Amino acid sequence: MSYAVKNLTQGSRELIAFRIGDQEFCVNIMSVREIRGWTPATPMPHAPPYVMGVINLRGAVLPIVDLSARLGMKDAEPTARHVIIVAQVKTRVVGLLVEAVSDILTITEENIQPVPEVSSDLEKQYARGILAIEKRMICMIELDALFPEKESEAA
Amino acid sequence: MDMNEIKEIFFQECEEQLAELESGLLKLNDGDRDPETVNAVFRAVHSIKGGAGAFGLDDLVSFAHVFETTLDCVRSGKLEPGQDVLKVMLKSADVLADLVSASRDGGSVDESRTRGLVKELEALANGELPSASGHEAPKPAAKAASAAPQEETPKPTDESGFQPIPFSFDGFDDEEPVFEGSIYEVTFKPRRELYSKGNEAALLLRDLSRIGEMSIACDMDELPALDKMDPEASYFSWKISLKTNKGEDDIRTVFEFAEWDCDLEVKLAEEASTDEELPMIPVPFDLSILDDASAAEEEDKAVEPSAVEETAAAAVSAAKVATGIVKAADAAARVAEKKDAASSAAAAAQNNAAAAAAAAGQTIRVDLDRVDRLINLVGELVINQAMLSQSVIENDTNGTSSINMGLEELQQLTREIQDSVMAIRAQPVKPVFQRMSRIVREVADMVGKQIRLVTEGENTEVDKTVIDKLAEPLTHMIRNAVDHGIETPEKREAAGKNPEGTVKLSAKHRSGRILIELQDDGAGINRERVRQKAIDNDLIAADANLSDDEIDNLIFMPGFSTADKISDISGRGVGMDVVKRSIQALGGRISISSRPGHGSTFTMSLPLTLAVLDGMVVTVAGQTLVVPLTAIVETLQPEASAIHSFGANQRLISIRNSFCPLVDVGRILNFRAIQANPVDGVALLVESEGGGQRALMVDAIQGQRQVVIKSLEANYTHVPGIAAATILGDGRVALILDVDAVVAASRGQSLKPEMALKPEMSLAATG
Repeated sequence: MSYAVKNLTQGSRELIAFRIGDQEFCVNIMSVREIRGWTPATPMPHAPPYVMGVINLRGAVLPIVDLSARLGMKDAEPTARHVIIVAQVKTRVVGLLVEAVSDILTITEENIQPVPEVSSDLEKQYARGILAIEKRMICMIELDALFPEKESEAA
Repeated sequence: MDMNEIKEIFFQECEEQLAELESGLLKLNDGDRDPETVNAVFRAVHSIKGGAGAFGLDDLVSFAHVFETTLDCVRSGKLEPGQDVLKVMLKSADVLADLVSASRDGGSVDESRTRGLVKELEALANGELPSASGHEAPKPAAKAASAAPQEETPKPTDESGFQPIPFSFDGFDDEEPVFEGSIYEVTFKPRRELYSKGNEAALLLRDLSRIGEMSIACDMDELPALDKMDPEASYFSWKISLKTNKGEDDIRTVFEFAEWDCDLEVKLAEEASTDEELPMIPVPFDLSILDDASAAEEEDKAVEPSAVEETAAAAVSAAKVATGIVKAADAAARVAEKKDAASSAAAAAQNNAAAAAAAAGQTIRVDLDRVDRLINLVGELVINQAMLSQSVIENDTNGTSSINMGLEELQQLTREIQDSVMAIRAQPVKPVFQRMSRIVREVADMVGKQIRLVTEGENTEVDKTVIDKLAEPLTHMIRNAVDHGIETPEKREAAGKNPEGTVKLSAKHRSGRILIELQDDGAGINRERVRQKAIDNDLIAADANLSDDEIDNLIFMPGFSTADKISDISGRGVGMDVVKRSIQALGGRISISSRPGHGSTFTMSLPLTLAVLDGMVVTVAGQTLVVPLTAIVETLQPEASAIHSFGANQRLISIRNSFCPLVDVGRILNFRAIQANPVDGVALLVESEGGGQRALMVDAIQGQRQVVIKSLEANYTHVPGIAAATILGDGRVALILDVDAVVAASRGQSLKPEMALKPEMSLAATG
């Protein structure tokens, strides 16, 4: 699990923390474009269950991913209180449905603990570290790993 | 602006010149003998050479020079542009294009081909008709021999390329042994274009004075009164008597860049018939002063008025003097203005090239990104306008207020803005068609066939993206037509056809789409072989009963190639299915019709633009979908009596006594688990690319609307059954139905089942 540590640059960096159910996660603030309220999405046919559909983001078609379902937890039931984190993942822009944005964290390398060895694939694939902040546990996830770019589907 | 930017402009201009060159040569090939066409061709090569020289692109310059020399022979009428000659010229144009792109992008060109063509061109310039082998080197001796007896030397078109040529004086012996040359009468009358292109009469005259001894007279008779004078017009003309040992061509060379913008007459002077005939008194025109003209603007101003004033005083009556001065001052101002442009010959050449290009029509060059941004913004405007009117309608129940009137006007305006913005992107298909003619030539050469490409409707305009994406499938198809479609000359003759095959490429607008047809007069599709091949390749069952049309369409199946031997040109089995897929990706359809012995016709129908679409907004299982209007033949409300069950879960609808399969869109797209009752919905009768009709069942029709197409692929992935997305008036995203895919799915071909099996993939695809 030295990967997470190696991957970090020196000094502090900022993360956005958000809540899904009773768990907290965070992503690099640099990949976040904006945060907006929930609007009903247009469902896509033949989409995987975690893709809730697409919405209009100022003229662009933005797919909305239920991060809870994507991380293998139960499907979200979006309410007006839910928020969408608009994030840049490689060349695409994706909306992540989360329950609430809780914090902006400034951390240094020392704050990051390696992910414990657990059997779940999900944690191994996407988790890049664990933060202990004010007795809370926040899981740092890697968006690029969540939505891998595969050329094989190219039409 | 650094050098690279200037170079980039040069290459852009090269593209235009090359297009001009090719279209000119093709016109000549079709029998056009208009001298202006020859001039245009010559100009194009000359401009490329001039620019290339400025950037030190030696390969390009030397080839262009040889090419130009040969073209000059055509221009001067020494060489008749027959079929053989033009064949060499068209090949040379191809090589020139290769050299241009090699200079731009690096890379290399086929040296031996270039050298071979240089020899052929030189041979042509020396008056040798192309030999059958075509690659014989002309003997240098022959060149000298053919040049020597000519009294007027071939015009050296490049200063550096000028070679002194032995000049025979035998012809003069009887007449004027005193003269070492001859006297030419040159009449030079610039038109206003000459000045507007940055040429300056005085500088041309100065150049002329360097050829020999000259006396000059200015004709100012046309100078109008002051109040009628147009400051930008040209009123003066000059009569020059030039004593020189150079030929007429050398005199014309001086006016080379101005030739098209002035009336120029050069003739040998008849003995002693000079000054008396002239209506005005020749005034010594001191051109030596002008030699310093490029030094200082002030000097120009000082020189010009005095020189002209002098002339005026001597030749014109006193009443006209004032006018003359004003005119002179104006001329001086013009000298000052144009001085920069005229300062170097290279700059003048560039100017001339630009001016020639501009003459075709006033255009500006705009970065495509800017146009795209504008189009995107206008798209947003349209959506916003729709959203605004929707919320006004929702909130304003009386519906009589002036807001509604204003909104209607706004709607009209936005629509007009959108149309005009779209028109910016619209381009004629000509460049693509021109590229095809080269492909026909090359492939025909390779396979040893004689083929003529006829193009029609090349000015048909279509969106730039469509044009860009059209080139590749069209290339495939042209290659196929030449390689497989047209027979060899022997076979054609045996079949009683013209040994020269014809491939016709045409474009036209039809009902909001562009229709491109590729027609060959070859053997047509060999249905027996296609069928056999399809059976061999397991594409169809051996006992399948197919109609002629269905057999023809088998060639679009993946992995299908009928060529007996696999050639370089086509026949790698990736031909027509790739074509079909790229056409479909453009929202187009392709079909083939073939008559054995008479050839085949491929018909492609493409949308005019990829940005907007007229659609029918429908509701399916609570979702709003847009069906492209072009696909819909008619809509109908099915009656229970018209619905017939067919097999386990198929249903047919009878429409005017024919039965048409009923397709539940909601079921196909997985919006609902069980088929809806057709009687509750509306049927859209659609025609798909296979030609078959299907009735698509939707729940309700909301209306017709022009929608802005938004890419799903940009942030998501391609979704089977969905062509794209759009944003409706309420700001929500609606999906645009891919009718062909839905119809195909209804035939039992599944909508990519792997999508459902591997959910991880769906976000991962590239657009």
